[in-house]
Amino acid sequence: MEADNKTGLYGLMAEFDTASAVVRAAKRTYSAGYRKINGYSPYPIEELSEAIGFHKTILPWLVFAGGLIGGLAGFGMMYFTSVIDYPIMVGGRPFLSIPSFIPITFECTILGAALTAVVSMILLNGLPQPYHPVFNVPRFALASRERFFLVVEAKDPKYDYAETKDFLESLKPQEVFDVEK
Amino acid sequence: MQEVKRPNEPAEKFPIIGPGHTFATITDKISALTLKRRTPLGWYLGFAFFFGLAQLLAMTVTYLVTTGIGIWGNNVPVGWAFDIINFVWWIGIGHAGTLISAILLLLRQEWRTSINRFAEAMTLFAVACAGMFPLLHTGRPWLAYWLFPYPNTMGLWPQFRSPLMWDVFAVSTYLTVSALFWYVGLIPDLATLRDRAKSKAFALIYGVLALGWRGSARHWHRYETMYLLLAGLSTPLVLSVHTIVSFDFAVAQLPGWHATIFPPYFVAGAIYAGFAMVLTIAIPLRKFYHLEDFITMRHIDNCAKVMLATGLIVVYGYAMEAFFGWYSANDFEWFMIKNRIWSGPYWFMYWLLLLSNFLIPQLLWFKKYRHNMIWLFLVANVVNVGMWLERFVIIVTSLHRDFLPASWAMYKPTMFDITMFVGTIGFFFSLMFLFIRFVPVISIFEMRTLLPEARVDEKDAA
Repeated sequence: MEADNKTGLYGLMAEFDTASAVVRAAKRTYSAGYRKINGYSPYPIEELSEAIGFHKTILPWLVFAGGLIGGLAGFGMMYFTSVIDYPIMVGGRPFLSIPSFIPITFECTILGAALTAVVSMILLNGLPQPYHPVFNVPRFALASRERFFLVVEAKDPKYDYAETKDFLESLKPQEVFDVEK
Repeated sequence: MQEVKRPNEPAEKFPIIGPGHTFATITDKISALTLKRRTPLGWYLGFAFFFGLAQLLAMTVTYLVTTGIGIWGNNVPVGWAFDIINFVWWIGIGHAGTLISAILLLLRQEWRTSINRFAEAMTLFAVACAGMFPLLHTGRPWLAYWLFPYPNTMGLWPQFRSPLMWDVFAVSTYLTVSALFWYVGLIPDLATLRDRAKSKAFALIYGVLALGWRGSARHWHRYETMYLLLAGLSTPLVLSVHTIVSFDFAVAQLPGWHATIFPPYFVAGAIYAGFAMVLTIAIPLRKFYHLEDFITMRHIDNCAKVMLATGLIVVYGYAMEAFFGWYSANDFEWFMIKNRIWSGPYWFMYWLLLLSNFLIPQLLWFKKYRHNMIWLFLVANVVNVGMWLERFVIIVTSLHRDFLPASWAMYKPTMFDITMFVGTIGFFFSLMFLFIRFVPVISIFEMRTLLPEARVDEKDAA
């Protein structure tokens, strides 16, 4: 296998059959200095995202902001319509009837936060994504069933086809695959 | 969710997942219901039956829209009848789905996992049925967008001090958030179906719906964060929705409606009705699709216990309503209670209500009945009926005799009240049948996390 005809690859993929094995492999790969790595699993594994060095997401802050904007917009809308634009006197009640405005403010807060949560999860994850190179490996279909995969991308500065392949083999995977672009 | 920990597991006899399962068998068994198994004859029969009932809805709505709401039996003083009874009944049923998917998730009740998916679907379809009633009760449903605040040539805005407006916002938010929760919960399973579909067309459809999900660790991390936040947001939402529904009544001055106990009492009633419907669906589902390994006796038993507990809260509500009627020393309040329980023309509805919501469900104290599927199915359906009667008692018997005897009248539903209600039942179950056929009824990826091998062994992973 010549390294030169392997330049067009997306990266290398190693398959594992247990969650513990893929987490261990991910930790080793990370400490070997690889950074453009990703793990794939059929269900969420907290340790795996830790192992590939992905600790934090901005998502909760976005959700907080979404909720805040939703709530303020809801209250603001009621303030504008009932106090400024078209005040109607009903039974001598104040135009700004804060207790009556609470339920809708609350619902708008939840709506803003929930919409932000879902939309930002999808967009931060880069979805919808019609094509991704990992699907070029036929065995990868099992990532949504029972198998675990670790991918080192060719973009990684430390990546070298032969060397990285040897390294991945040393992690005792089931098999190592080339991932076509 | 992230961590598989099973504290205080007393019911080892009844595990939350049958023995001998692996990631592969769980995946295959659940996805085969959608992908491989031939559609059973029973499915066609059941769907045909309920779809037939749904035609009653189509016909009634057509007649209603072309004629007007005069075809219903409600008229002054009973301005709200079947339309609002059915609205509250359906929306209450929906609440168990959110309770199971959100509140039990936050409380780390792992047994929720195999029933949350279809319970969420139930929520969605029930809210859709519920929404139809007030929408059509407006009389001119094509102008229903007037309920929303939008700049218009008339220069008018909705009246935000009205609980009916709160209801519009609560129900539309609830429908939106339930749909989001259900859909994002489905994404990883749609990816599983995409990868396993034999036919190109199905692979394409599921693939588009799965948005290109590939189970990346980064994606899962954000997904889990989002899912937990959504559960945290849905929890107060579901409580607020039925609270606001109860405000429709409690904010009014009418004896029988004007009570501070309404919000908690309505929320408990919603969960009670919802779990009854969960059991109504779960018992035949696990039997006909052989899902006893996934929807185990543990689930059935727990649902029955939740029903018993919330049922008792509801009965406490009945007791307090009666007590306050007397203790208030208010002539109108006390008259309302007497009229409701013994001296009024609808007294039998109240006693049927007590029979079906209080007496019969007491059978659930006994394991013998909780573990007998036929008995449990019957009790759950008695509760379904009982919760409908409860709303009839609250709405119709309070309205038909209020302050002035001169304005009293009797209420009788017309044929179209009944066909519309039966039609929504047909519509609801038709949607359930389609859901069972085309979508994984159990969350596959969450079921995988329940297996012992899903846990990362610290030693092995070091």
